[in-house]
Amino acid sequence: MNLFSLSFSYLRRRPLLTLLNVLLLALGLATIVVLLLLGRQVEDRLTRNAQGIDLVVGAKGSPLQLILASIYHMDAPTGNIPVREAQAVMQNRAVRQAIPLSLGDSFRGYRIVGTTHAYPQHYGAEVAAGTLWEAPYEAVLGARVAAETGLTVGDTFAGTHGLSAGGEAHGAHPLRVVGLLAPTGTVLDRLVLTGTETVWALHGDEAAGTHPGDGAGAAAHRPGREYTALLIQYSSPMAQALFPRFINSQTNLQAAVPAFEISRLTNLLGVGIEAIRAFGILLIVAAALGVFVALTTALQERRYDLAMMRTLGASRAMLMGHILLEGVMLSLAGTAVGLLLGHGAAAALGARVRQAQQMDLTGWTWVDAEGALILLAVAVGLVAALIPALQAYRADIARTLARG
Amino acid sequence: MYGTTPVLDLPRFEVAQGERWLVLGLSGSGKTTLLHILGGLLRPTQGTVVVADQDLGALREDALDRFRGRHIGIVFQENHLLPTLTVEQNLLLAPYLAGLPQDRARVREVLRHLDLEDRAGAFPDELSTGQRQRVGIARAVMNRPRLLLADEPTSSLDDVRSARVLDLLFREAEAIGATLIVTTHDRRVQERFERRIELAPPVSA
Repeated sequence: MNLFSLSFSYLRRRPLLTLLNVLLLALGLATIVVLLLLGRQVEDRLTRNAQGIDLVVGAKGSPLQLILASIYHMDAPTGNIPVREAQAVMQNRAVRQAIPLSLGDSFRGYRIVGTTHAYPQHYGAEVAAGTLWEAPYEAVLGARVAAETGLTVGDTFAGTHGLSAGGEAHGAHPLRVVGLLAPTGTVLDRLVLTGTETVWALHGDEAAGTHPGDGAGAAAHRPGREYTALLIQYSSPMAQALFPRFINSQTNLQAAVPAFEISRLTNLLGVGIEAIRAFGILLIVAAALGVFVALTTALQERRYDLAMMRTLGASRAMLMGHILLEGVMLSLAGTAVGLLLGHGAAAALGARVRQAQQMDLTGWTWVDAEGALILLAVAVGLVAALIPALQAYRADIARTLARG
Repeated sequence: MYGTTPVLDLPRFEVAQGERWLVLGLSGSGKTTLLHILGGLLRPTQGTVVVADQDLGALREDALDRFRGRHIGIVFQENHLLPTLTVEQNLLLAPYLAGLPQDRARVREVLRHLDLEDRAGAFPDELSTGQRQRVGIARAVMNRPRLLLADEPTSSLDDVRSARVLDLLFREAEAIGATLIVTTHDRRVQERFERRIELAPPVSA
C-alpha cells in the first residue's frame, strides 16, 4: 500500500470519468503537438529548400506560385520564359549563379526537371550510384524517387506529360537512369533530374512529330526553347534592392523573392495556426476544469474516506499529496496519450496527405517545445487538483466523522 | 455541537492499561465527542488527555495524527472501509498511514482471528454488514494499539449479534493488551463492563 496505489485505486474506481478527463487533456495536447511537429518541419523544409536562392525569375503571374512551383515543386508553374530573355538575366552582373529549370513532365507523380549540374550541387547532393547525366535522355533519380520506384542505374522509364501522374506517356522516348542521388533532405529527393536539352527534345520533337535522332544538337537549334524558371544567387547583397524591381519593370519576366514570399505564406497560414492553437489551449483548459470538477465532487463523496485516513494516522499533508497525486496522475496519463496521439496524427498526415508527402513530413520526430508542453500539462493537473487538495488539507475530521 | 458552548464537562478520570470501560449516555449527551477527544480527533477546549503516558494536547497536528495511527485504534459504528481497496489493502492502510512496516503476516493473523481469512481479496461492497464490521475491528487492531475505542458498535444490532461483536472486541483488546473504551446508549451491554462513565443527558434541547 502506498500513496500511488491509493490514488490509483480511486481513479480505477471511476474508469469512465478518468478516461474522459484523460482524453480531454490528450486531445488538447495532441492538437498542439501536431501543430508543433508540422509547423517546425514545414518551416524547416521551407527554409532548407530556399537556402541560397536569392531570387526566382519566371513567367509573370503570382509570385507565390512561382516560388512554390520552382523551389518547392508544389504548384503548377506560372508559364515558361524564352531562353533569349533568360540569358540576358543570367548574364547580368548582379547575378553570380543562375540555375535554369525546365518543367513539364513527370514520372509516376515525380517531376522531371531539366536543369544543369549546378542544381544538385546547389543542395550539396552526392551521387550515391552511377554518375550525373551527360547526354540527352539520361536521368538521375532523387533518393526518394529511387526508393519508391525501385529503379536503379541502367533501367529505363518513360515520363508522362504534365506534372501529376496519369498524363500521356512519352513511350517513344524512354529516359535511362545513369545515377542515383544520396538523400539530401531537400526537394531533390523527390525529383528526377535530367539535362535541359532532354526536356526540350521530348517536347520540341514530339510537337514536331519527328525523332530527335542523337540528341541535343537537333533540339538546340529549334526556335522556342524555353526555361520555366531561373534560381538566382546574387553576386552582391546590394543587388536585392534593385535587381527584382529591374526585372519586374524592365522585362516581361517576373522576379519573386523567396524570403518575402515565404514570410507572406507563413503570415497567411499563421491565422489558421493561431486558431488551431487557441483551440488546443481551450481543450487543455477544459481538461483542467474537468479534473478540478472531478476531484471536487469526488472530495464530497470521499470526505469520510479522508477522515478515516486521518484517523488511521495520515497527516494533513499526506491527504493533500494524495489528492494532488491523483491530479498529476490524470495529467500524466493525458500527456502520454496526447503525445502518442499527436505524433500518430502527424505521422498519419505525413503519410496520407499528398501535400504533406511532398514536404516529407513525419510524426516520428521530437520538437524541443514538447518538453515544455509536458511540464505545462503536469502543471495543469497540479493546479486543477490544488483547491480540492487544500480542502482535503483543511477538512475537520471530527466534524465529518460525527456527522457521518 | 462543540465549540463555544461546552457540551461535556467531565471530572478527572483514569483508566488503567487493559481495563474495559463503557461510556453510557443518551444520544446528544456527548459520547461521540468524548470518544473523539480521547482518540485525539478533537482537542478539548479545556483540560488534558493523556494516553499511554502521552499528553495529546502537547502534540502538534502531524505528531498527533501519527500517535493516533500507532497507539489508538478506533471502531466506528459505520466502518467506512475505503471502497476502492480490498480487505487486505484496507488493513495494510493502517500500518502504511501510521508509518509502520506493512506486515502481511499480521494481516493474515488478524483476518484469521476474525474469521475473515477467505475475504482478503474482497472489496467492501462484496461483504455482508457483519463482515464489514469485523474488518473495521480488524483494521482498528492492526497496529496493536494501546487504546481501542469503539463508538456505538452494537446500536443497530440484535441481541445475538451485539453480544458477538462485544465478544470480538473483548477478545481482540485482550489479545493485544489494549485498553477498551466503548460508548453506547444501549443498556443491554452495560453489565459486561466492570467500569463505566455515565454522561448526563443534554442540558437543553
